[in-house]
Amino acid sequence: MDFDFTADDIEFRRELAAWLPEHLGGRFAALVGKGGSQNDELYAERIAWERELHAGGWTGLGWPAEYGGRPATITQRILFELEYAQARAPYRVGFQGTNLLGPTLIAHGTEAQKQRFLPPILSSDEVWCQGFSEPEAGSDLASLRTRAEADGDEWVINGQKVWTSHAHQADWIYLLARTDPAASRHRGITMFLVPMQQPGVEVRTIRNLAGGDEFNEVFLTDARTTSELVVGEVNGGWRIAMETLEYERGTAMLGYQTQFEREWESVAELARRTGGLEHETIRHRLVDSRVRLQIMHFNNLRTLTSLMQRGKLGSETSLAKIAWPEWHQQLGQLEMDLLGDAGQVTGADYELNPFQRSFLLSRAESIYGGSHQIHLNIAAERLLGLPRDPRP
Amino acid sequence: MNFAFDEEQEELRRTVRRFLDEHAAEPEIRRLMATDDGDDPKLWALMSGQLGLPAIAIPEEHGGAGFSFVELGIVLEELGRALACTPFFSTTVLAGRLLLGLDDERAEAYLGAIAAGAIRATVALTEASGSWSPGQVAMRAVETAGGARLNGAKDYVLDGATADLILVVAQADDGLGVFAVDAAAPGLTRTPLTTIDLTRKQARLEFDSVPARRLGADASTAVTSMLRQAAVALAAEQAGGAQRVLEMAVDYAKIREQFGRPIGSFQAIKHKCALMLTEVESMKSAAYYGLWCVSSGSPELPAVASTAQVFCSDAYVHVTGENVQIHGGIGFTWEHPAQLYFKRAQSAKAFLGSPDQHREILTGLYGLSS
Repeated sequence: MDFDFTADDIEFRRELAAWLPEHLGGRFAALVGKGGSQNDELYAERIAWERELHAGGWTGLGWPAEYGGRPATITQRILFELEYAQARAPYRVGFQGTNLLGPTLIAHGTEAQKQRFLPPILSSDEVWCQGFSEPEAGSDLASLRTRAEADGDEWVINGQKVWTSHAHQADWIYLLARTDPAASRHRGITMFLVPMQQPGVEVRTIRNLAGGDEFNEVFLTDARTTSELVVGEVNGGWRIAMETLEYERGTAMLGYQTQFEREWESVAELARRTGGLEHETIRHRLVDSRVRLQIMHFNNLRTLTSLMQRGKLGSETSLAKIAWPEWHQQLGQLEMDLLGDAGQVTGADYELNPFQRSFLLSRAESIYGGSHQIHLNIAAERLLGLPRDPRP
Repeated sequence: MNFAFDEEQEELRRTVRRFLDEHAAEPEIRRLMATDDGDDPKLWALMSGQLGLPAIAIPEEHGGAGFSFVELGIVLEELGRALACTPFFSTTVLAGRLLLGLDDERAEAYLGAIAAGAIRATVALTEASGSWSPGQVAMRAVETAGGARLNGAKDYVLDGATADLILVVAQADDGLGVFAVDAAAPGLTRTPLTTIDLTRKQARLEFDSVPARRLGADASTAVTSMLRQAAVALAAEQAGGAQRVLEMAVDYAKIREQFGRPIGSFQAIKHKCALMLTEVESMKSAAYYGLWCVSSGSPELPAVASTAQVFCSDAYVHVTGENVQIHGGIGFTWEHPAQLYFKRAQSAKAFLGSPDQHREILTGLYGLSS
């Protein structure tokens, strides 16, 4: 049991730790700490920052060099996330491409797809969104109804997707559609790459409860894509999509720990400022929050060791997803309790302060990326071997 | 970076588990818990002679095996899993770690005796208030050229009635002192207490001018250090018991059928088990990190020790309660093991300071005092 790093890892970290503050000064200084999972502020400026990262050689870590990647061990990729969060660099744009579709194509894409799509993901010349959930298919994704019918060399797609983050900014969508109406549930599903800029694709904004508009509905009416843009096999899309979802649950969580520590510090400061620290119940709530944050840190270390030893993570990522949203929601509640009546007042146009935003936006965290209840089921069934829910 | 045990440590775990499965299975636990002593000299002799367990984290220069606190933690985790009724914690953790922190030849000799399996030992710190805070110790030693004398009482002393050596923490003129008292010392009355958790024996000790030998000088630092290490050791024990309890609950949920199917197929039960899993894994993570902190001398130890105690105490109580619940009616019986772990969880919560006392420590460490 040790917490040492190799000489290569230390050098990698040192290089990054020097590069980040240097490049976050100047024209990108205003981006420090900006952006968030439901927070699209300074979007165009953050795209420019992605290009700065790309020019500095910090994108495509661990991707094959022939597609623009840079060799990096898993440890180094983890160190990148930690240093990035430490430097309060802006929330990444292009997560769908860099973290989800990119690795999916590397694993399952054709050579032509990799050549065509991976470089523009890294250079931020193309931005992606994910078309999985539908109004009638959320937790039960396998019941999705969007269908694709072959038309010569092309596919015609009809249906509707929902909760599509950044659809209004995306150039492309990778989506799941039913290609075999006779096959039930996950058996007849295919993953397609579809251009957003076409008459058959219409995007409508969904306003979230914090007033933000990252989410969208995507209506597909005879939308088209080519047969070369099928990912993997026709009717073989489910297995690929499940892998994509696994990527979401892997290294993504690493940056959270540092952000959460910062947020906790700001809440301690808020408690000090508002006189909340005079009350033992507040002090204990703060201590309990910090205790649980530390516990998450210790759990992350064990997960990281597992990741470094095995190369990938499995269902144990459900344990993290069960823990951190609830932690964050409780902290948000404490923030609002400390603000009291003042916390009820917003800026003009419903502009929210960071505490109000955290309180409201954290409600999505136990819903997206697999709901809390789904993850309890996954943990119980796949980690403990308890019997599955009875099926109809 | 590697936050996992190595193959040798895993082999140690397997060896200890096999040993306890054979020598400390439930019938043995029940037999020993029904006695006042809660101690089987034959078991102790096997633990020392066959496995060298009391010696494991004692440095080689004092006759020990020279392993780290991590190895001791693994042993404690397994003892917690088995709920073994034996004075191992009091001897190796309370007494052993206190002796290690004292600069005194006699302390070193006692360590050698512990390593050899020749003596059981404990620390008598708490008094009627039950506080584990060294600052609350009221007993005052009378020190003369001829030695020291102790008067007063110590309560809730772990394995106090069976220990051969009692290390008494008392106020001295130059600060806090540790005084070695022989079990056979004149003026010492040891009364075993009947406790809810019968697997953990406690005693009241009364001192009427009992002769004692001071070990070292001001021992405030050594006592505080021992308490932090003990907090981590307790977390390891709690994690071991919690893992066993999780297995018990899940095993039952898989086989007990009602309404035509295993109760574990109902989400209410399934989700309870999943939440228990998150708690148990978190307990292990906290305990293991604590073990590493102690063994590496990390300055994080004070915060980690209290963090581990705040979390593990409440988590252990919670999972043992859920285990009773999942078992339904039979979980409420004396005969079923669920009650043994449930009671151990509560005694562990009270032991070495309550979670609220640890929250107060963390309040100070995090700069949150009003």
